[in-house]
Amino acid sequence: MAEVAAPATIIAVDAVTRSYRLGTREEGVQALRGVSFTVAAGEFVAIVGPSGSGKSTLLNLLGALDRPTTGSVRLDGRDVATLSDTQLARLRNAEIGFVFQQFHLLARTSALDNVALPLVYAGVGRGERVGRARAALEAVGLGHRLDHHPTELSGGEQQRVAIARALVTGPRILLADEPTGNLDTATGDEVMGLLERLNTDRDTALIVITHDPEVASRAPRQIRLRDGLVVDGDRGRVAP
Amino acid sequence: MSFTESIRVALTAIRANRLRSGLTVLGVVIGVLSVVLLVAVGSGARAVVTAGVEDLGSNLLLVAPGSFEFGQAPTRSQFTLDDIESLSRELRGTARVTGSIASGERVRSDTGAAFTSVIGVTADFEDVVNRPIARGEFLNESDLATARRVAVLGASAADGLFGGIDPIARQITVGGLRFRVIGTVEPLGTALGVDRDSQVYVPLTAAQRLFGIRTIDTLFVRTDDRGDLDDVSATIERVLGERFEPDEFSIVSQDEILGVAGRILDTLTLVLAAIAGISLLVGGIGVSNIMLVSVSERTREIGLRKALGARTREITRQFLVEAIVLCGIGGVLGAAGGVGLSYAADRFTPVPAEVTWWSVALAFGVSVAVGVIFGVFPARRAGRMDPVVALRRE
Repeated sequence: MAEVAAPATIIAVDAVTRSYRLGTREEGVQALRGVSFTVAAGEFVAIVGPSGSGKSTLLNLLGALDRPTTGSVRLDGRDVATLSDTQLARLRNAEIGFVFQQFHLLARTSALDNVALPLVYAGVGRGERVGRARAALEAVGLGHRLDHHPTELSGGEQQRVAIARALVTGPRILLADEPTGNLDTATGDEVMGLLERLNTDRDTALIVITHDPEVASRAPRQIRLRDGLVVDGDRGRVAP
Repeated sequence: MSFTESIRVALTAIRANRLRSGLTVLGVVIGVLSVVLLVAVGSGARAVVTAGVEDLGSNLLLVAPGSFEFGQAPTRSQFTLDDIESLSRELRGTARVTGSIASGERVRSDTGAAFTSVIGVTADFEDVVNRPIARGEFLNESDLATARRVAVLGASAADGLFGGIDPIARQITVGGLRFRVIGTVEPLGTALGVDRDSQVYVPLTAAQRLFGIRTIDTLFVRTDDRGDLDDVSATIERVLGERFEPDEFSIVSQDEILGVAGRILDTLTLVLAAIAGISLLVGGIGVSNIMLVSVSERTREIGLRKALGARTREITRQFLVEAIVLCGIGGVLGAAGGVGLSYAADRFTPVPAEVTWWSVALAFGVSVAVGVIFGVFPARRAGRMDPVVALRRE
């Protein structure tokens, strides 16, 4: 899909720091020390870095699960620091789809109901939920596994259920945290292929957080983190 | 998330841990069951006493020696037949008066023997204290005047002494004296612990000779009109006041007996309910405990739900509804079990039990309230969980 001349910015991270207090120490640990970059709507970006570089902290901020200590994170133009917990929950529900390394599917719950879960919180009626969840599962090639429980599915299938769940509300941002971390190489390739296809087909921005260079290299653009700073971000830049 | 959706999720979670949910519910079941059952037993006791007292009739006054107070030692009676006569004279047209003396005696017939209550009464006893005749006739004025040795048998006394034989005109022996049976009384059942059917009635004068006394234990006065009770009571007080000091007799109405007995039984019922309430409380604490475990076990689920857009309030409600559903199930089962056991106890054991519907409603309401009260703390804890921390929990 050809890139639009001036794509809208979907994520704007500006001079973000995030500190955690550890125990009783006054100053705490700075996981992010001034990070800035933007992501355009429909873009595919890999965020890479060794463990301890601040990847997870950044993921939480991009997923509206957390607020920065200083600086601003704008998701679809909205500054997360100014939103209440309830507004953040609404934002996550409508605009963000999460894909986790551990899949995080509800056990004892069918694939269909797992996928429909975000729609429950969106206030969608049961009939419509079933229809949309089925469509999402069909989109990831699991139309024949609707009533299977997670334990009856392979790792790759479980991750595809999780991807269907991330898609079902039609979010503009797909956040994948080590999506291939628990999968063998071949299955991991399939899952990445699926994510890329959804990225182009649906014009959903795809952010993949990984420490695997092979996965990262599939993205047209990589943002490299080290010690809480962006060291190489293409259009991103090193903080002063 | 809609309310029905919350219940669906709660039921799924409860089903997922059948054994644990079952044991938690059991605590509530036992609590609710004991409230319903113990209140039923308390009410049953009350009903028995009330029925016994009401059996006497609402227009009946008892005149007893001494003062009528709970815990008062029995006083030796000084009433005599003269008192019955003077009261009857004063109350003619408005009330009828009778009296009785009773003693446990060995009664024999040709075919049987029994140790039972022999009661000396006047002819009016039949109507004043209500002893409907089944066969033959009751004692009359002439029997009383001549201290004739005739007897009327209660239903089970007749059965025990004569078996299937018709006792009329047969002889019984009491204290070495022979009495001729002239009538039997309809079965009356037990009242206030007294088996009225085993009683043997003889003329008061004959009984006085038999027992070697000149006094009467208790006087009974029945007014024709319930509205006259106060006037009649005043007349009794005046007439007896001429012979006795005010503290040597007391006049007791059915309402007063019911009042004293009722207060004791109400206290009993309350104490039973309170004991049962404690077990309900313990059941509630069990629910709270299990919900805390459940919240802690499902930390990652909570994190996930929050990441997918669940609000704090929706998570709180999910766990609160789960606690309420657990308690509600316990409440329904406990109420059903309590009602069932109460009926069974009433039917198959000597313990009287009467299910009071307020106790069922109360116990069920309390169990749901227990769910709310003991569910709120764990549920709020779940709702306030930081999704970042929750998702990372192993």
